[in-house]
Amino acid sequence: MDIVGVLPLDAAGALVVLWLVLGLLGLAMQHRPHIITNVIFPVGAFVSLAVAATGLWALGEVASVATLPLGLPDLPFHLRLDPLSALFLILLGGASFGVSLFSAGYFKSMQGDTLGLLCLEYHLFLASMALVLLADDAYMFMVAWETMALSSYFLVTTDHHVPDIRKAGYLYLLVAHVGAIAILLGFGVMQGGHGIGAYTFAAMREAHLSAFWSSVVFLLALFGFGAKAGLLPLHVWLPEAHPAAPSPVSALMSGIMLKTAIYGILRVTFDLLDTQLWWWGVLALALGLITAIFGVMFAAVQVDMKRLLAYSSIENIGLLLVGIGLTIIFHAYDKDALAALSLTATLYHSLNHAVFKSLLFIGTGSILHSTGERNMGRMGGLIHDMPWVAALMLVGVLSISGLPPFNGFVSEWLLLQAFLLSPGLPNSYINMLIPVAAAVIALAAALAAYVMVKFYGIIFLGQPRGEARNPPHDAGIWKRIGMGWLALGCVTLGLAPVFVVQQLDHVTQMLVGRGLGNAAAGWLFLAPVDIERASYSPVYFLLAVVGVMLLTALVVHRYYHGRLRRGPAWDCGFPAQTSRMQDTAEGFGQPIRRIFEPFFRIESELPSPFDTHPRYHGRSDDRIWFALYLPIKHLTEKLSSLASLLQHGRIHLYLSYTFVTLVVLLAFV
Amino acid sequence: MENTNQALGLLFQFYQSLLVVLLAPLLTGWVNQCRAWLQNRSGPGLLQPYRTLRKLFHKDAVMAFNASPLFRATPYILFGCMWLAAAIIPIIAVNLPFSPAADVIALVGVFALARVFIALAAMDIGTAFGTLGARREMLVSFLAEPALLMVLFTASLISHSTQLPRIVEALALQQFVLYPSLAFAGLAFVIVLLAENARIPVDNPGTHLELTMIHEAMILEYSARHLALVEWASSLKLFAYISIGIALFVPYGIADVGNWGALPLAIVALLVKLALAGAALALLETLLAKMRIFRAPEFMGTAFLLAVLGLLIHFLLGA
Repeated sequence: MDIVGVLPLDAAGALVVLWLVLGLLGLAMQHRPHIITNVIFPVGAFVSLAVAATGLWALGEVASVATLPLGLPDLPFHLRLDPLSALFLILLGGASFGVSLFSAGYFKSMQGDTLGLLCLEYHLFLASMALVLLADDAYMFMVAWETMALSSYFLVTTDHHVPDIRKAGYLYLLVAHVGAIAILLGFGVMQGGHGIGAYTFAAMREAHLSAFWSSVVFLLALFGFGAKAGLLPLHVWLPEAHPAAPSPVSALMSGIMLKTAIYGILRVTFDLLDTQLWWWGVLALALGLITAIFGVMFAAVQVDMKRLLAYSSIENIGLLLVGIGLTIIFHAYDKDALAALSLTATLYHSLNHAVFKSLLFIGTGSILHSTGERNMGRMGGLIHDMPWVAALMLVGVLSISGLPPFNGFVSEWLLLQAFLLSPGLPNSYINMLIPVAAAVIALAAALAAYVMVKFYGIIFLGQPRGEARNPPHDAGIWKRIGMGWLALGCVTLGLAPVFVVQQLDHVTQMLVGRGLGNAAAGWLFLAPVDIERASYSPVYFLLAVVGVMLLTALVVHRYYHGRLRRGPAWDCGFPAQTSRMQDTAEGFGQPIRRIFEPFFRIESELPSPFDTHPRYHGRSDDRIWFALYLPIKHLTEKLSSLASLLQHGRIHLYLSYTFVTLVVLLAFV
Repeated sequence: MENTNQALGLLFQFYQSLLVVLLAPLLTGWVNQCRAWLQNRSGPGLLQPYRTLRKLFHKDAVMAFNASPLFRATPYILFGCMWLAAAIIPIIAVNLPFSPAADVIALVGVFALARVFIALAAMDIGTAFGTLGARREMLVSFLAEPALLMVLFTASLISHSTQLPRIVEALALQQFVLYPSLAFAGLAFVIVLLAENARIPVDNPGTHLELTMIHEAMILEYSARHLALVEWASSLKLFAYISIGIALFVPYGIADVGNWGALPLAIVALLVKLALAGAALALLETLLAKMRIFRAPEFMGTAFLLAVLGLLIHFLLGA
């Protein structure tokens, strides 16, 4: 399709510029905050929608390239829009449409000058993520990558007067830069000393690296992008930065920014490198499994609702990495049909996670606005005060728990199918690893359901635990539309997997040379290999469940009666009931803490039975922080104190250093 | 030919759905009766579950003041999910027309969907027992669910399909082979069945002793028609689990679609198998003692490891 010579890439470029213009406009309009929230954010949202549409348009087209007259003298900016970029543009546009609409309602109460700056950072963040996806040379990529890191850093530290938030932002910036260095080194290895022109991705695709150097590049990329994605043990910034940021920003970071790291791994491994070794896959698979289990285990014991979601993001990144690892293994052994299947599962899960995690994060934003609380232990019964938020969040919760017929189930189904179809690899160790990996995936999925029952049950159900700071109110119209869009995304991705898989085929074609091709099973049945082997039809499934439910309700009410009385709760006849007898967030996670005790660093204080004012105090921390990061911190501090022996800040001392150096040099030369 | 086959399939599906929903309380009654006999009691009779359901449907429902719509909708969702689960498992005939829509992974998904809803409904009123039951239910199931999935995976690896009819076909209609991996899977499956259906030693369906109950704690606030649906759904769940066990481990005697001659035999075979399984369940429950709640995860962990072991053995031995 060629609309009067306009390529999808031109459209994408124009939309990115539009985002930047909107951001600057917001800065200029900082004295009229209602224009920023009521005009600029919604317009930005429709730019997002246009970005998604452009991605959809570009998905089936051949890759288009462009060179901008900007950048370094010998290395102008190169842009390229191919199916892989297009898919992640759809993800970016689709998820940020909902988040931007929500932001229009969320930032309404914010002060003008902060709001202007925030508007600029927000749109700069979106634009830089789009540029990361469009970049076609290492320089452009790194510029966009760093802009993304910096703009999100400033967004995280929006409430910079709170010391904890400044600390969280600093940690985020630090890990982001350690990762960026690794990525840069990886590009350096791929460039291989062939001059500045070899920094374009096109040149890297042509270069044939030896197995050793390819492995070095892969490991650097895994480290660098893993730091951004929250891969163990580089995850520490994630549970700090996500709760610190305003909720729409958490949604963008968790839903979209983490996916740019997945994009980076896919781009380097399958596009820029021309060989894949099987052990890369085993490494990615193992790291992914550990990350997934770790993430969900820690999510189960969290008290802060946004921290819980942040840990759940770590889990999902783990699952995505498992998919990537599996794809590498299959691709290395030339099992392209299976590689296509596991890659489809990975890409599908990326889309799903972008949608439901953004939905859940902006949902917590609504709750935070309404109650002023992030601690789940002080909530409860919000379903009565916030029916809209409760209903839309329920969709997100069911989706993330991987329940049919919602979208989380589809990608889980595809991933498990990939495991089930995999026997017969020529390496017996991998053959043993694969069933264990499938078991761990199933365990993580079941634990995710535990976490989500806790999340939803403690926040929305039951009775209010203690006095709310302000009487809770439901979300406004912008917020409802934003959340509604993302909930619609969960349902659509859940009910129309056949269409989505057909679109994903363009990407798998490009990366592993083969599409899934839905085995001619028709539009109702998802059958990745053969309808005799495995198939799933969410539409029929939904019709059956809803049909049976309606039939039951009809029969019961027709033949008996619909009489209903309201009374106090029975609770086994106990007369004195207070809302404090319900489980707290901590109580609900207690069994998990007890079962997985060795993985946590637990501090708890139990009051004595004779205490008149008993107070319970408990804390579960991440062992990795204490075992890995604190020693590094202490080492750094020690080294810098050694350096301070030389550094006193007195000018005459520095002059004498210079003098001594000069004398030494003269003596030698 | 194609059309008549499809029509026959639909007819089979219809009859099986009707059969399971009507037969499920009978199975529960049978298990209870067997248990009573084994414990030297006379027992309430086989039809007691039907009488209980009839009584409950006639009563006026009482609901807590702060019950939300989620609480009201859950019994219907639960009943729908369990009915669907019991209806798609091939027990009298293979080739049910609905089976391509939901394979074994989806079957586990249906159970998970029902569980999440009942756990949420238990937390809805905000009583001490409700949340306690929800937490324990999720605790037991986070190990039981992957174990069940691994059991089903072992069977689907043997039959090269995740579709239940294909699995049953492969296991029943071919030459008799002993699979070592299925032995491990079978053991794991028994543990999962006990745990997921709130049986001794994990839970006790006959108790309202506050400190030990799991399933009963979750449904304390339900009354009348809602309770009836929840109870009926529990019967259906037990029926579905025993059906899965029959389909995976003793599928012999099942009829192919359109094979009318084999149908009466298939129904008789099914009834005998259900009766034996129910009696075995009652015996197991009589012999075992209820364990402490924190021993339950170890018990479930055993099931999970056994199931994974079965899967590993299949990968290593190919059998």
